[in-house]
Amino acid sequence: MNQDEILAAVYEAIARANELRDPSAQIVQDPATALFGAGGALDSLGLVSLVLDVEDAVNGATGRAVSLSDDRAMSQARSPFRTVASFVDYIGERLRGPDM
Amino acid sequence: MSDRTVIVVTGARKGLGRALAEHFLAQGCAVAGISRQASDLVHEHYADFPADVADEPAMARAFAAINRRFGRVDALVNNAGIAAMNHALLTTAEGARRVFETNTLGTFIAAREAAKQMRRARRGRIVNLSTVAVPLSLAGEAVYAASKAAVESLTRVLAREFSPLGITCNAVGPTPIDTDLIRGVGREKIRALLAQQAIGRMGEVRDVVNVVEFFLKPESDFITGQVVYLGGVW
Repeated sequence: MNQDEILAAVYEAIARANELRDPSAQIVQDPATALFGAGGALDSLGLVSLVLDVEDAVNGATGRAVSLSDDRAMSQARSPFRTVASFVDYIGERLRGPDM
Repeated sequence: MSDRTVIVVTGARKGLGRALAEHFLAQGCAVAGISRQASDLVHEHYADFPADVADEPAMARAFAAINRRFGRVDALVNNAGIAAMNHALLTTAEGARRVFETNTLGTFIAAREAAKQMRRARRGRIVNLSTVAVPLSLAGEAVYAASKAAVESLTRVLAREFSPLGITCNAVGPTPIDTDLIRGVGREKIRALLAQQAIGRMGEVRDVVNVVEFFLKPESDFITGQVVYLGGVW
């Protein structure tokens, strides 16, 4: 998957999350959108759902079994989940590494 | 996508797991069996997905294959387990690691993979297998009881974490049942164990099936994080 395809997968997961959200709390599909942490749109369960939806999409598209939700990612000082752009970069990194 | 209730049973090849798989098939469910070795169970609505429950990549592949075959997972019975009855002074670290990997880590991995699929439907049932060895603190079962105590703790924490997803997580703690798991246990030890139960008989498969079915019922959606021991043990 290239960066554009990864971004599309993240936007699709955001669209799915928005279906369950109040019209006034929709997450904007933009690389600069804050996802989690300071000013982020997601609570911890929302983040888990988004990460798993993207994981499904990425693994479905690549036929691999890459985990996007390990302890390392969750505890990094600069969280890969802080914005859409940082999440997309992180997925690209994980796809260059081994499965799981 | 299957129009039947899809139940995943780990350790389905023999013993209690096999009996549970056959019971649910007879009830009209579709059953996905996970065991280290392939099962010889043949049924139109049974499919076998050989994997070691403690092998994370293998389990991810097994659940992906289950999803391709049945379209979803409605319930998981985390039955796979190994017993270890030995004095602590004679127990090796390697043996203890093997017990924890299958009983505790395997239960966790299966629950996680099942919940990933259940969350899409916002409903699901997970039933873990504990043992009366936990409340009875049975001598000679330090590692086995500890691995199952961890399963009970997992059951309670997963009940909280999965609750917003509509998934319940409970456990059943059987007394000794005449399966391979206790084949090596001496008659005297079994007699002493039965004496500690309020109802002093050996457990039967139907006793476990009854509690599992109770947890799986749609009406049991207000019951989570519970451990039910059989035989009158607490």
